[in-house]
Order: sequence, then C-alpha cells, then structure tokens
Amino acid sequence: MTEKKFTKEHEWLENRDQIVIVGITEFAQDQLGDIVSIEFPQVASSFKQNDVMAIIDSVKASSDIYCPIDGEIIGINEKLLEQPELINQSPYDEGWIVKIKPSSPDQLNSLLSKEQYDNLVGQNKE
Amino acid sequence: MLSPFFKNHLELKAKMVDFHGWEMPIQYSGIMGEHKNVRENVGLFDVSHMGKFKITGDVESQIQNLITNDISKISDKQSIYSPMCNEKGGIIDDVIISKINSNEFVFIVNSSNIKKDFEWITKNVKSCEIQNLTNEYALLALQGPKAENILRDAGVEEIKNLKVFHLLESKLYGIECIISRTGYTGEDGFELFFDSKQTQIWDELLSIGSKYGIKPIGLGARDTLRLEAGLMLYGNDIDETITPLEAPLKWTVKFETEFIGKSALEQKKVERKMRGFEINETKRVARKGNKIFNEGKEVGIVTSGSFSPTLGKPIGYCFVPIEYPMEKEIKIGIGDKHYSGKIVSTRFYKR
Repeated sequence: MTEKKFTKEHEWLENRDQIVIVGITEFAQDQLGDIVSIEFPQVASSFKQNDVMAIIDSVKASSDIYCPIDGEIIGINEKLLEQPELINQSPYDEGWIVKIKPSSPDQLNSLLSKEQYDNLVGQNKE
Repeated sequence: MLSPFFKNHLELKAKMVDFHGWEMPIQYSGIMGEHKNVRENVGLFDVSHMGKFKITGDVESQIQNLITNDISKISDKQSIYSPMCNEKGGIIDDVIISKINSNEFVFIVNSSNIKKDFEWITKNVKSCEIQNLTNEYALLALQGPKAENILRDAGVEEIKNLKVFHLLESKLYGIECIISRTGYTGEDGFELFFDSKQTQIWDELLSIGSKYGIKPIGLGARDTLRLEAGLMLYGNDIDETITPLEAPLKWTVKFETEFIGKSALEQKKVERKMRGFEINETKRVARKGNKIFNEGKEVGIVTSGSFSPTLGKPIGYCFVPIEYPMEKEIKIGIGDKHYSGKIVSTRFYKR
C-alpha cells in the first residue's frame, strides 16, 4: 500500500498493486453533509482525468465526482447503494467509491500529497 | 449582518452560510439528525434574520387592503398568515401578522424582502407609524412535540392554554417576551420575540430543554421540515410572477374582502398548479429548476426539492398543468436522465 494522493476536487486515491482506489476526502464529506444517494459509473467504462464519473446527492446539494486519472472502472463499492452514509462515516475506508485501472499511471505523480492537500483546505492537523 | 446569537452559533461549531446578507447557521450536527430531532423531540432555531415591522395606528382596514386573507377574522393577541399581492395578483411576500391590539400590529416578513415590503407597506398604509424593528428584536423558534414542556418548565404555565396562531405576552427568564404558537416545521411549537440584547435566552432554553433532548437546528433542517409540511419558501416556490391561486394558498384568498390584486385574481384563469411530487425510482434528488415531463414533453418545473428524512425518499414541489390529478405518473428530469415519480399533495407530513 502506498501513500494516498489527493486532488483539488477533494478526491483521494490509493495505489494498490496497479489498482487505484478512489473516494472523497473527510473535508468533502463534511462539506456535503448527510449523503443520501450515489450514482455510479458503469463498470468497464473508461474515463479521462477530470471527467465527471459519479454524482453524490446529499440533503443539501448534488455534487459531481471527477475521475482523478485516465483509466477504466473495474469495481464500484456496491455497499454504498444501500448505505450511502458510509461515505460520511468512513470516507477513507468503508466509504471508498470506485476502483480504477489506470491507463497512465504516471498521472499519479502530479497529484497532491497529503501535506499539499491539507494546506489547500486549510487543515494542517492530522 | 450578524444575528444576536452569532457567537452562540460559533461556540456550537455551526456551519455558517450567507443567507440574504445574514451570516446564519445552516447546520450544527447534521441536517438529517436535526430534522428528526424536531419531529421526535424539540429543536431551537435562530430566525432573527426575519424582518419585523411594528405598525401603530387605527389601520386595520388599510392592512386588510394589503393582504388576501381576512384580518377581521382574528381578535387581539392572534396571528394570521397571508400573501401580500401586487395589482396583478403576484405575491410580493408571504407574511405573518400578529394583532397585539386594534392599534398595534406586528408583521414578520421574509428577510430577502425587508426593504421591498417596508416600501410597499409605507406606500399603502397611511396615517400610522411603521417601524422596522428587525435589528432591535430577536426571534427564536422552539419547535417539536416537547416544545410546550420546555416553556412550562421555564415558568410560562399559561402556555398550555395557548391555541395555535394565538400569542401571549409573558416574562421568560425575566425578559418581556411575545410568545406565539406558530412555526415553519409542521410541528407544534412557538416563536419567541424579544429584545435582541437579551441573548442569554438562547443558552437558558438549551439548558432547560436538555432533559427533553433539545438540539439547535440550522436553516438546512428548517428547509426540509417546511418542505415536508407543505409550507412555501419565498423566492423558491412563490414570487411576484406567481399567484396564491397557482400556489397551494387558495385557502388564504378571501374574495369577500377587499385587497390589492383581487380583480386580477378573479379574472385570471389558473392554468398551472403547484403540487407535491415524490420520486420512487431513484434516490437522486430533484432540485429547483429541474423539469417535469409527461409523455416526453416538458410540462412543468420543480420549485423546491430535497430528500425527505421522514419518508426516506426524494420529494419536492413543482408546477404542472392544473388538470393533472393526484397520483398521476410523471417524469422528473435530473441531469440527463428522466426518473419516474408521481403527483401528490404538498402536505407530505401531518403530525
């Protein structure tokens, strides 16, 4: 397992043996508030970096989730269909959203480190 | 603008938002939990951003001319809800008027409309004193099935005999207070009107209410509560292009009285009607501006939409052709998809 990477759009990524797991950050779930549904991309569909790949509805608002790297969706977190609140409760673990097989793994290097992301959202604490 | 309770909200770690120029709490612990707490227990809302006018003088007949409802139906120490219409029958604002006595009326108006309403009232009500007391008075709402218990524990015994849309003047923690049995949640509850310097009442109520499970409630849950209860939000559901007859406010239009906009309302054929809708096919939430479709054709628009914490599904209000019956299947466009839903009453929740 490698260190998490982050995007300015508040997604996190974790590279596990060439499979990238994607979710939204603690900051993002806190801003969205109570999440009530998620619309997933089709498994086996491909996205370019920054394409909209999913939509999350909270009581407050609907938010687009962007694909953080080029690649193919190889899995979705089906638990979220019944329990979308897992994104609120456990954004970095049980609330993961999709698994992607990256087509340009080098893109990972240009994403934000944890420190850079924390600076971005103004949270320097762990 | 800052509410008198701004510091209390920060202490409670509320998420603050700009609401028509006021920095107000959108949520404290979370909309879903706050919403359920009001339905099951009790919640305390800061609604000090609402506009508050006092009109002094022998002006009842002139006030009647401003509103579609019948002010002669209320006695001293009673309140009435009504639209105020323009000459075309469009809604300038929806207000609550409290009759303190035959020479003193208090208007509670939407914060987005304070300036417009003040000018409209000043133009149409003569020989009286009109004061804008928005910043001089605080307004708190105590809402939920346990609200009465709290005021009784706080020493306002006579609250148990107070009827809905009636008010009393009482001391609360030594502070002169107008307490009316009104609200914007669909629950039993009260609105408390007092000098904006007496901010200790906020903490007193949270403290005495703790044994009833009181929670502070933000504007987010206020919106989902009023949506379930069939209550209009000015600027979303109603505005100057919409008449009370198109909105579910026919009950507030009393043609036996005289008021501005009456002849327009009598003449204009009502072609669209605001209804509730619910979505069963998805939990995706429709929002204001989403379109309504029937047999592939666009037939209406969503005015308010959210997720109903009580029903556990997306709900909202929309305009559709007036001939559409209840339970009619429609499609709601969200993003590039159309989801099945049906027309229902705007009263999603009745206690």
